[in-house]
Amino acid sequence: MQKRAYYGLYIVIAILAVLPMVLPNSFYLDLAIRMAINAVIVLGLNLLIGFAGQISLGHAGFLGIGAYASAVLPTHFGWHPLLAMVAGAVATGLLAALVARPIFKLKGNYLAMATLGLGIILNIALRNEATWTGGPDGMPVPAFGLFGFELSNDKQWYWVVAILLTVSVWASLNLIDSPFGRALRALHGSEVASRVVGVDVVRYKVAIFVLSAVFASLMGSVTAHYVGFVTPNLADFFHSIELVTMVVIGGMASVYGSLVGAVLLTALPQALATFEGWETVVFGAILMICMIFLPKGLVPTLAAKFDKGDQA
Amino acid sequence: MLAQFLQFFFSGITVGATYALAALGFTLIYNASNVINFAQGEFIMLGGMLAVFFTQAGLPLPVALLLAILVPAVVGVLIEKLAIEPVKGAETVTLIIITIGASLVIRGLVAVIFGKGTHSLPAFSGDEPIQILGATLMPQSLWVLGVTAVVVVVLWYFFTRTLTGKAMLATSYNRLAAELVGINTNGVLFMSFAMSAALGALGGILVTPITLTSYDAGIMLGLKGFVAAVLGGLGNGLGAVVGGLLVGLLESLGAGYLSSAYKDAIPFVLILFILFFMPRGLFGARVTDRV
Repeated sequence: MQKRAYYGLYIVIAILAVLPMVLPNSFYLDLAIRMAINAVIVLGLNLLIGFAGQISLGHAGFLGIGAYASAVLPTHFGWHPLLAMVAGAVATGLLAALVARPIFKLKGNYLAMATLGLGIILNIALRNEATWTGGPDGMPVPAFGLFGFELSNDKQWYWVVAILLTVSVWASLNLIDSPFGRALRALHGSEVASRVVGVDVVRYKVAIFVLSAVFASLMGSVTAHYVGFVTPNLADFFHSIELVTMVVIGGMASVYGSLVGAVLLTALPQALATFEGWETVVFGAILMICMIFLPKGLVPTLAAKFDKGDQA
Repeated sequence: MLAQFLQFFFSGITVGATYALAALGFTLIYNASNVINFAQGEFIMLGGMLAVFFTQAGLPLPVALLLAILVPAVVGVLIEKLAIEPVKGAETVTLIIITIGASLVIRGLVAVIFGKGTHSLPAFSGDEPIQILGATLMPQSLWVLGVTAVVVVVLWYFFTRTLTGKAMLATSYNRLAAELVGINTNGVLFMSFAMSAALGALGGILVTPITLTSYDAGIMLGLKGFVAAVLGGLGNGLGAVVGGLLVGLLESLGAGYLSSAYKDAIPFVLILFILFFMPRGLFGARVTDRV
């Protein structure tokens, strides 16, 4: 990997550091926080979709597990939020591993089906188990605190999320450049060839799927604590699609593409609010146009325009 | 006991027939292009909604129904021409997002034009229920099952006895080889989108008098059609029909005997189990990839 890829990281840090001083009001601060949360989820999902070439259409379900673990366990059982967050992540990891093992022996469309099914089942369960989850109306989430210090205002949340994002970008860049990352890219290129050179294909796929699911679960917990309220919409099929779209529009297999995709698609609904009633139509049309004219996503297409070299 | 079972059975195969039509639509497009068309559910919705509005506009029923099949077919062809053909050979996930984009555009347009209310269509031959061994069967169910049966027979004839049908089958087996023997594979793609949209719309029209329809009715119907197609073995026409009926039946029996709150989850639980134990579905062919 070129050192150049890490320049991007410094730029990300610089932007994150300056942003709170530039943002005019709390509306934009809130938007920035949600963009950063989505960016972390999308980074994880892109490792799966872009680098390992596998599709998950149920990632919002994993987000939901994390979010509801953080809501239900402290509320009904008096667990510490940190413990609840970890429990959610562990449960998500186990579930993902359980599902992934048999599924990853299959290819493309079957995995899409399995993850889609899993996401929908989780969402229906969240809507139905109203005694625990508050049903379709959702439930409040207690504040997150550690060592007597409680995260209460948006400024504090911004810095927490900014640090999480920075660490995630750094970790993703390192992961891609590690033997693990090279194995992933190899199996995206050709599964048989990678098997021939000794890559345990199924194990790697399961590992990356579990990793991205755990990313999603943790960020689900963060979202729940930040917003202070969860509803099943967080875990629905449409949200899964939004996450995949962020990956693809930004650029598959591109770390910075993930960030661009997350930022654009988090902002888009705000921008579309002016189209009263036509939001869905315009959103759908934008998806189609982007994919038809930039099938590789924004960042890789633009990067290829500016230079013919490799990019991260 | 028996009466109750029969009741669940009747409602199960009726919705199952709609899933079967949707699954056939998935199969047609998948075979022609390897695309999973996530807009399939919107064709079902479109068929139902258009039938409602054409009849309300005063058109005679047969004309209204014909238009309600033709318009979605044209929409299907437009999607194929404008959005699928230009990106042929793109990654699976890119194609999935294009079809999801298309489904949002259709759903959004219907919401803007026809509103977000729930609509119904009068049953084709009255609402007088038929009594069978203590269970009741609506005449509309017979319409759904009868028309689906006719469609299956026609499709079977089309694919085994006509040149166009055989060309479509050949393309699904090996696109390049089909092109080499002079089959217009773009034409096949065009045909399969038109046919699959028409099939979906037909299912939507038939089932609307029973289940009602609204702008967002296509989401679940489409996803369950996808489940049915995978259950039967993606790409297998017979499998799609069997898969559809099976999904409908199990959903109805499960809702009746186990839990009605989890009715919508049943097809998805089913498909997870099938993928675990029979990864190629019930009738899926074993394929080996060429490296």
